[in-house]
Amino acid sequence: MTILSRRRLLTGGAVAGLGAVAGAGAVAAGAEPATLPGAGTADVGTATVAFHGPRQAGVAEDPPAHAAFAAFTLAPGTDRAALARMLRLLTDDAARLTQGVPALGDTDAPLAALPARLTVTAGFGPGLYAAAGLPSPVADLPAFTIDRLEKRWSGGDLLLQICADDPLTVAHTQRMLIKDARPFAAVRWVQQGFRRSPGVQASDHTQRNVLGQLDGTANPRGSLIDTAVWNPDGSTTLVVRRIRAEIEKWDILSVTDKENAVGRRMMSGAPLSGAAEHDEPDFTTLDASGLPAMPDFAHVTRAHVTDPALKILRRPYNYDAAPDAAGNPDAGLIFASYQRDIARQYVPIQQRLADKDLLNEWITPIGSAVFAVPPGCAPGGWIGEQLLS
Amino acid sequence: MRKFLIVAAALALGLTGCGTNEAAPAAPGAPAPKAPATTLTIKDPWVKAADAGTMTAAFGVLVNDTGAAVTVTAAESPASPMELHEMTMKDGKMVMQPKEGGFVIPAKGTHELSPGGDHLMLMKPAQDIKAGDQVTFALKLSDGTTVDFTAIAKPFVGAGESYAPDMMMPSAGQS
Repeated sequence: MTILSRRRLLTGGAVAGLGAVAGAGAVAAGAEPATLPGAGTADVGTATVAFHGPRQAGVAEDPPAHAAFAAFTLAPGTDRAALARMLRLLTDDAARLTQGVPALGDTDAPLAALPARLTVTAGFGPGLYAAAGLPSPVADLPAFTIDRLEKRWSGGDLLLQICADDPLTVAHTQRMLIKDARPFAAVRWVQQGFRRSPGVQASDHTQRNVLGQLDGTANPRGSLIDTAVWNPDGSTTLVVRRIRAEIEKWDILSVTDKENAVGRRMMSGAPLSGAAEHDEPDFTTLDASGLPAMPDFAHVTRAHVTDPALKILRRPYNYDAAPDAAGNPDAGLIFASYQRDIARQYVPIQQRLADKDLLNEWITPIGSAVFAVPPGCAPGGWIGEQLLS
Repeated sequence: MRKFLIVAAALALGLTGCGTNEAAPAAPGAPAPKAPATTLTIKDPWVKAADAGTMTAAFGVLVNDTGAAVTVTAAESPASPMELHEMTMKDGKMVMQPKEGGFVIPAKGTHELSPGGDHLMLMKPAQDIKAGDQVTFALKLSDGTTVDFTAIAKPFVGAGESYAPDMMMPSAGQS
């Protein structure tokens, strides 16, 4: 009963639905508008995010429920002029589709009608800069001892991050973009992921991953996103890592063991030194046995950053592919983080985690890629024009 | 080739950047089209990428914002000799043929040029029209004026029109 009341307290609006199931009757209809502003209404399908602007969309906005990360390998001989042609085409597609308008020559135009907060964000890998004869602002990550990277989930010259609150919108957009990229580049990998559906929780909730952990609590918010993410020219960088969750092993743990590995309460996301999700972890707090409440090996302890300029903006999606015959899941996290500078912000955090994070026992990085995210563009412009024109 | 392709890029992208715009000749804030707002415009123009020497076609929506019908009598492009084409049923097959009398766009009306329908045919491109290229066109109107526009080249597997009377249209479904 403690757990139930706690859950009601902590997950707010979502519990309206649970309450109804538990026999509270038609509570949800009246309660939802108050607790879920703007969610769960008929505008989910028609909602749009502006495409044009000094910064690309799909970074700072509250992440939509579905995403496809599509990485490409440029065809040999793709030069700067060809890159410009490709990016003009892809920009044109994105500018239309994100506003609910079919792409030029859209072979399934009705599928473009419901953008559902669609965003298309382009990232350039080191190989794209090499093809253009330019120095790359991003470099592959150093090798970490925990990595078990697979080629099929790693690298990429071009990335298109496609996000929307509807999976069919993502599928159609992915299809149109791949068709227009095809004369220039081969599909290297596609990772499709999901978060909670619109209306299920309040829009500012923290993502829960397939291991049941709240994921993204420490994200910068408001103006601190500018400090951590955006360079003055409107550019940023993106790290995409495919992190397999060893759920069968995780299942064996008690809740207390899980909480010690993470450094947070599983239900509330509160640090073990605090009471609520957004309490700052206090590494001086001692528990009843006189040991630090936040264990030194816990994930949050290792990942913790106080300087706002050194934080990263995590924008992860879950993946859950088909289990094998024995029922072992193929699930995990498409870790995506935005930051001004990968080497200065991301790498030190990942290095501390690789060195000593108890959670490493239950997660395995199997893919890794880095991309520079160029500034956005004005109407009539195209993504990458500052670089390639 | 590249030179003339690039020239009018701003015009085409101005149009594409505001694809939600309906019949209006230019959206606020978009680069002004070359043609005066009182005459014919083309919305969402694009051309099917093709190798040199291979027939291809340009599409878009002709928008007549005037109070009188406008007739497009011919099209020109530095990229290729051009013809105005329509699709028609001949002996049970869809074929394309030159459009007699040109395309007539009614007053305050539109006329769609699309794969499988009326289109601007590029009979023999002098050079490859590559995906993402900007191709310039000029529409000749019956009143002697000209409407210039630029279309972006798209990779496209449909629009497999066949030229009457010899070849068969592969299938409408491909368009």
